[in-house]
Amino acid sequence: MSTASEVAPLALTTDAERAARRQRWQMRITRVAGFFNILGLGFAVPLMRIATGESVKPQLKELWTSTGIPLMAIAIFLVAWGFTAPLVNTSLGALPGPAQVWQQAGVLWADHFAERAKEQAFNERQQQRNAALLAKDPSAEVRMRPYTGKPTFFDQIITSLQTVFAGFLFGTLVAVPLGVVCGLSKTVNTAINPLVQIFKPVSPLAWLPIVTMVVSALYVSADPLFAKSFVISAITVTLCSLWPTLINTAVGVASIDKDLINVGRVLRLPWYTKVVKIVLPSSLPLIFTGLRLSLGVGWMVLIAAEMLAQNPGLGKFVWDEFQNGSSSSLAKIMVAVFTIGIIGFLLDRVMLAFQVAFTHSATR
Amino acid sequence: MPHIAKAAIKPEKEDLKFGFIKLTDMAPIAIAKELGFFEDEGLYVAAEPQANWKVLLDRVITGELDGAHMLAGQPLGATVGFGTKAHVITPFSMDLNGNGITVAKSVWEEMAKYIPKGPDGKFVHPIKADALKKVVDKFKAEGKPFNMAMVFPLSTHNYELRYWLASGGIHPGFYSPTDISGQILGDVLLSVTPPPQMPATLEAGTIMGYCVGEPWNQQAVIKGIGVPVITDYEIWKNNPEKVFGFSADFQQKNPGTVLAATKALIRAGEWLDANNNANRMKAVEILAKPEYVGADAKVIANSMTGTFEYEKGDKREVPDFNVFFRYFATYPYYSDAVWYLTQMRRWGQIPEAKSDAWFDETAKKVYRPDLYLEAAKALVAEGKAKKADFPWDSNGYRAPTNEFIDGVTYDGKKPNAYLDSLTIGLKGDQKMSGAKVVAK
Repeated sequence: MSTASEVAPLALTTDAERAARRQRWQMRITRVAGFFNILGLGFAVPLMRIATGESVKPQLKELWTSTGIPLMAIAIFLVAWGFTAPLVNTSLGALPGPAQVWQQAGVLWADHFAERAKEQAFNERQQQRNAALLAKDPSAEVRMRPYTGKPTFFDQIITSLQTVFAGFLFGTLVAVPLGVVCGLSKTVNTAINPLVQIFKPVSPLAWLPIVTMVVSALYVSADPLFAKSFVISAITVTLCSLWPTLINTAVGVASIDKDLINVGRVLRLPWYTKVVKIVLPSSLPLIFTGLRLSLGVGWMVLIAAEMLAQNPGLGKFVWDEFQNGSSSSLAKIMVAVFTIGIIGFLLDRVMLAFQVAFTHSATR
Repeated sequence: MPHIAKAAIKPEKEDLKFGFIKLTDMAPIAIAKELGFFEDEGLYVAAEPQANWKVLLDRVITGELDGAHMLAGQPLGATVGFGTKAHVITPFSMDLNGNGITVAKSVWEEMAKYIPKGPDGKFVHPIKADALKKVVDKFKAEGKPFNMAMVFPLSTHNYELRYWLASGGIHPGFYSPTDISGQILGDVLLSVTPPPQMPATLEAGTIMGYCVGEPWNQQAVIKGIGVPVITDYEIWKNNPEKVFGFSADFQQKNPGTVLAATKALIRAGEWLDANNNANRMKAVEILAKPEYVGADAKVIANSMTGTFEYEKGDKREVPDFNVFFRYFATYPYYSDAVWYLTQMRRWGQIPEAKSDAWFDETAKKVYRPDLYLEAAKALVAEGKAKKADFPWDSNGYRAPTNEFIDGVTYDGKKPNAYLDSLTIGLKGDQKMSGAKVVAK
């Protein structure tokens, strides 16, 4: 797209050209505005519009409604929390306010780096010991072991994220194909429906003992690829989170426009092509709605499962802190609560972004 | 360099995961790890807190944990087959004393009326359970249950609490093969609560008192919700407390690892008691880290540094509240095991009469002073321990002692005679039939 205005020297740009360029920019902004909103960057849109020279006043109003009000609400929440928390006296001292929680977040942050330093020292000691062993006996078998210290808060976040994605992925692999089959065949749907209705409301706390026993019995290996606790948590997440995807997929597939199906029939499309070319694309919006719900459920379930089974992750962090019962425990637990909430929010946003990107649908 | 002899005790498994419960008496594990005693033996140990004693024992049996901080009764109970049936051994006794019995504030106020005061205006310790009996009787008269908690059916705490209650004439209840709640005929109803949850459960009013290790008695004082009435030191002076347990299977496959771990733990115990507890403050700092006990340092220090705070402000010297090495604390005496077995028999966890020989055999199956002495010998040879610190010629039985709150004499070689000398509890051929005690 090489236009005259781009080649022409700047001094010669006419008003008309400037107006045209501004309009182009405004069109671009309008195009990305929806996406920015999804990513939670909505406040950037009015700012960009102001930058392109649109009249300031309506944009400021827009900025106020889209960003100012939520910020105000958060500020009011923080102030209310800060004032009321000290009034609640628990046996571990007063309930921590925003300042203490922020401070403990800093402590956890510092703790992470202190632990990393310890890890480095651990590895250096290991190297020295290995070198000494080799010096004594050149044929000695030496190896480097992973660090044996405690996982930090950030390690726990990563563990939880890996587990939830593993469980979610596994759930999706089961739920989408099953949902498609259910949607296409009334018989299968009727057959599976009662099972879905019964298993859907089961709490992770009920699944966990069963999953634990079964995995312990079946997953026996001297040197397993995944830790047993990881497998147990992930399967529990799968069992609890696959239902929204399954149900939404089935509904999505079942409600495809009959004309489309008929077209497929007229063209005598083979089953596989029919599914890939007609069924999946037209039911994608509902499938994604299901996936979003599933991921949200999975994240919630995971924390509960980790707390109960003491499997590594954010849930274990919360439980360990509760058991510690130190004066900083409550503030640390609140840091974890906010972290869990923010991560849950971000996960939802990511899924929404995928939904919009894949389905071009305006409904959310 | 006599490296040929050394090669014999190379650990077979070097990467280990040890479990523990958040209690100050897990200290030897934390110290051996933080001070590098494990690494000195070529062991790379991860220490992981467990949710409760049941989870911990199950994980040792299934092999998820290579070894763990255990209640002395757990390896014995598992080997005898109470609850879980599995063969667990111990080459290392972790400490002496360290528990306390705490009652709710309201109960304390009632009890205090019946407790004599000394010339200094303070209550006379040790406090007997007779004072509590008056409160329990009142509850009974009003038809209300008197609930108390301990940490596990096979725990020292269960037996100590029962011992104290029984010495004051309060029946703590029997176990039977068909009813393992342990509440048959009980004046008070004992139930299980994991240690760190004790203060919260007391605060919620679910229980009126509990027996637990530190820092959970001091925590009740600091929180102002309960009053520790007695320490286990006063119930049985220098009683054995936790042990370090391995599954027998693990020991057979990895004898070198068990030996190396025992060496590191002995050194940790020695460090904890060295120079009259000079290292205790440092130990407190380590234990206060969130990955170990995690409670505030001042709470842990209350008991770890030789004092114990009873009622708020009533802080008394108990220099031997936590013993990790003195008095041969780490040597696994058969007589300690036999005492636990007598209590299991006394309260019906072992339903039938057993011969004195059976007590001896069972103790020898679980307690392994032979492994302990092998580790000690290696440490002495390496110059890391003093020869005088170990009972080389012991036959595994301590001398008979009467240092109990009720003054009854215990001789580990005569368990049945000991059972007969206790007033409340099963003895001779007695057993439970339904909710009744019958002879044969």
